[in-house]
Parts: sequence; structure tokens; C-alpha cells
Amino acid sequence: MAERFAYPFEIPILDIVKEMDALRAECDAGRKDAQENLTALQTRLNDTARGIVASLDAYQRVQLARHPERPQALDFISRIVDDFIELHGDRRFADDKAVVCGLGTISGRRFAIVGQQKGRDTKERLMRNFGMVHPEGFRKALRVMLLAEKFGLPVLSLIDTKGAAADLEAEQRGEGFAIAESIAAMSVLRAPIIAVVIGEGCSGGALGMAVADRIGMFENAYYCVITPEGCAAILHHDIEKAPQAADAMKITARELAGMGVADEVIPEPPGGAHWNHAAAAESLREFVLRSHDALAAIPLDNLLSARAGRYRKLGAFLEGEAAESEALSRGTEFGNASSSAE
Amino acid sequence: MKVYGRANRDDQGGGIFIKCDGCRGTVLRKAVEERMQTCPECGFHFRITWQDRVRWHFDPDSFIETNAGLESADPLGFVADKSYRRKLWEDQRATGLRDAVATGSARIEGRTVAAAIMDFRFIGGSMGGVVGEKIARCVETAAGLGCPFISFAASGGARMQEGAFSLMQMVKTAAAVRRFQDGGGLYISVMTDPTTGGVLASFASLGDVIIAEPGALIRFAGARVIREAIKHDLPEGFQKSEDLLERGFLDAVVPRTALKKTIATAMSHLKGPAA
Repeated sequence: MAERFAYPFEIPILDIVKEMDALRAECDAGRKDAQENLTALQTRLNDTARGIVASLDAYQRVQLARHPERPQALDFISRIVDDFIELHGDRRFADDKAVVCGLGTISGRRFAIVGQQKGRDTKERLMRNFGMVHPEGFRKALRVMLLAEKFGLPVLSLIDTKGAAADLEAEQRGEGFAIAESIAAMSVLRAPIIAVVIGEGCSGGALGMAVADRIGMFENAYYCVITPEGCAAILHHDIEKAPQAADAMKITARELAGMGVADEVIPEPPGGAHWNHAAAAESLREFVLRSHDALAAIPLDNLLSARAGRYRKLGAFLEGEAAESEALSRGTEFGNASSSAE
Repeated sequence: MKVYGRANRDDQGGGIFIKCDGCRGTVLRKAVEERMQTCPECGFHFRITWQDRVRWHFDPDSFIETNAGLESADPLGFVADKSYRRKLWEDQRATGLRDAVATGSARIEGRTVAAAIMDFRFIGGSMGGVVGEKIARCVETAAGLGCPFISFAASGGARMQEGAFSLMQMVKTAAAVRRFQDGGGLYISVMTDPTTGGVLASFASLGDVIIAEPGALIRFAGARVIREAIKHDLPEGFQKSEDLLERGFLDAVVPRTALKKTIATAMSHLKGPAA
């Protein structure tokens, strides 16, 4: 078996997994006592993995969200979607393979599905542009969402990108325009939308497919306005400060659920989704079905007002006395300092 | 209440001559000012303040600012090289602005409009909670008055210091614009140097009519990022107004001196049932 990839903080988990692999071989060889040891090891593995994940900092979660063995959109689709048919192309320019679109059922419920797919091996990653979507990808997703609207299907959107495509062609074909159109269209789409950040959810590249009525985030996924590296490069002038930037931007699932940007944290198997794709997929299925059934009970007009209201309210600002008092207190706090704005 | 000392900074010093950033020539300051801060030799458009736009694009004394008291909160308690609160204080002090956009109602050749004017001097014209909220309110004002909504974008993108909340302002503004348009409202978007990132990828590119000033940088991703990705130099004129016009993303590139007239003409042609 090929050597598994593991971050330094995952080594204790990997050690137990290796031990278990060895024991499994002994089980297969017919040794009865090995089975008992295996059960004990499984418990130890779960405890160790849970302990490690519970103490991760924001940037370590970013690393888990980027883990090369983490399940991707197509892994989830193949595990929970039945009768999936893929729909290709934006009918205008090309078929952007960073986006996978299609129709299928999940436990008997029909869905239109759009997802960002990073690719597993080098060849697939290149083909899918590492999940960085071009304008035609946003337009392809939007085409399928409009199809969903026409036929009364709910939309499931799986988000996993470190940002929209940032290259010459993306700019020349109107990346900003495509994202804006997608955001505007999703904000008034007459169909329930469920979005799940399964790994990375960065910048307009993520948001362009993530305007939704229910937003779930996997426990180790992250969602933010720019990659921690990008933020560190701009504000700290030092990409090595990415961990500080990750912490400062409040990007973890739990933090975003607290801020109202996400509705729910979707639990991952001990140690993270990459240790057990099947369990992660069942976790996703549970969230999607529950969200589907809740949204299906809401009349469409009410759903659209609720969606509009949600985004209308998101964001922080001060007004009136609170604004004046904050301005004054900043003046008092910084006004006497020796260094100034010059 | 004004607590932020200094008035507008004059980036070009106080001499009789100034250097043009476009042709590198030395030109008479007075000649530049007479042409709304554009170069009399090469037509280069200098970046200008929101107050200049009010003066040049609207009928005299017609602009009434609204929601001027909105003030950025610090929802994340954000600290990078310096604290966000300190950065806010510094930029307020340096610019006399409270945040990166001014909104209000005005008249253009006698016709009432609701207008949002961004100012790049304030944290790079970045969009956080205040900018998002003021733009949404301005669009709602336009809907209420049954008048066009006009925006002048000048922005480095979403404001990182407010994290995911900044990202959500893209939805807030884009959704407000889309609802306004679905109700028959006319939105004219003016892209000025620079119109980038999360502002381009939300309300700015949703105009029914999109006009850009000449030579304006209009882009989603930064040139540095792209250069790193493609490992060679970028083509001449890349991400500039004229290139976007050629590729079909803009209705027109219009010099600043003709902007008011062009907006007024477009509005007179697009007087719909909602007007």
C-alpha cells in the first residue's frame, strides 16, 4: 500500500492506523486474539483523533481542508447520489471541468447538483484547474441552476476552491462579471438552494456558487474572503504569516456558524473526512436530507424573502450614537500615540 | 460631528506644474484641474475624490448625502500588521472620510438619481459592512423614489479586515441591485480606476448600462497573481477599460469631462415605466 500523506500533527493517528493495518493482516491469517486488539485500537484511534482535531488551530484546519486525500465533490456524489447524470458545458464557450454539474437523487429526493472539483492526481488536477473556476464554469453552474428552477428541483452546491481562476483567460472572458451574475441570479433563484463547503471556500470563487437558503460547513472546512496566504501577503507583507491571518479572519466552520454566515457545522469522522470517506458522505447525506425536507415545507415566496432577508442583514456596522461613541473612543485611544497617519 | 482633523490630501503637492502619471510630461496644474483632473496632453485620468465627482457629475448643490453617519464596526477584532480599528482611525484622519463610499440623492441635468460614489483613498476603497449597507440602502432609495441608481466604483475589492462578512456584502449589494432591476429600475454603473475584486464581482458589473473612464484598471484577480501563474509578462492594455470594451464587457468608455452628459442621455433614452 502506498504511503499515506499525513501532516506532522496527524502522525499519532497515522501510527495507530499502521498498527491496525498490521493487525488486520494477522486477523486475515486467522489469529483470533488479533480481532480483540483491533477493536481496542479502534477506540484508541477515535480518542486520539478526536483529541487532536479538537485542539487544532485555524491554519491546521486549513491544512486538513486541503488534505490531498480529503473527499472531493465527485467522491461525495458517487457515494450519496443515485442515477447521477452529468451535464456538461455552458452552451456559450466551453465545458469547465473545475465544475461538475448534474441531476440525480439522494435517498429518493431529486436534486440538481453543482460542485467544484479539484482533482485527485496530478493529471486530474490539471484538467480541473485545481478547482479554480473560469467564467464558463460559473455560467455552466448557473445554466443547471436555471434548469432546476424550471423543473422545480432543489439545488445542492458543493464548494471546494481556493479561489476563482486567476489567469489571463479568466480575466479576458469576464471572471468578475460571471461571478456577479451568478451571485445575483442565485439571490433570486426560485428553487431551494443548499450549499455545503466541503473543503476550501475562498473568495468570490466560492461565493459565486454558494448563495443559499441553508449553508453547511464540514467541521474542518474553511470559508473566507481570501486565502490566509493572500491575506498575509497583503496585510503582513509576509506569506509566512498565513497562520496568523487564518486566525484573525475567523474562517473555521464553528466561527462562521457563530457569525451566521453558515447555518450548521457538519461533523466529520474522527481525525477528519479523509480518514473515512464513507462516514463523511453519510454525514453529508444526513445534512442534505434534513435541509431538503425543511426547505421543501416552506412556500417558495417565503423562502425567497427569507433568503433576501438573510443576506440583507449580514455584515457589521455602527450607526447613530454607537457610531459616534466608537469614533470618539478610537480618537482617544490612538490620537495621543506618537506615530500618526503620515 | 467632525473629529478627524485633516482635510483632503493633495497628492500632487502645491506647485504650478505637476507630473502626469500617464505621459510622464510636466503639465500645468491649472490645465489639469480645468479638465476635471485629466491630462491636457495625453488624456490620462487622475484618481479623484468623491467630492470632485459630486461637483462635476451632478447639478450644482443638488447632492444630499444620506447615511453619512455609518461607521465601521470591528466584528472580528481584527489585527494584522496593525489593528483594524487603528487603520480605520488613520484613514479617517488622513482623508476626512468615515468610510469608502458616499451615498445620497442628486440631480443630473434636472433628473433625480440615487448615487453611490466610492473613494479609493479610504482603505483602498474596500467594501466592508458600511459600504455594503450604504449601497444597499441607496439602491432601496432609488426603488422608493422611482429614480435611477448610479454608482461610481473605485475599489481594491472586499475588505479583508471584516473577513467573511465582507464577502457577504457582495451578495447584499448584488441582490439589492437585481431586485431593483427586476422591478424595472435603471442602474448605470460607472467603473473608474480601479474597479476590482469583490466590487467588480458584485454590484459594479451588474449595471443595465456600464460605462468606464478611459484607462481604468478593471479586473477580478490581481496582475501580480496572474503573472505568477502564467510566468510571463501580461499583454499591453490588459485589464484596462479599452480592452474590456473590445471584449464586450462595457457599453462605453467615456472621458470624465463627458460623463455627466452621457449619463443624462442614457437616462433620457431609458425612461421606462418605472421612471
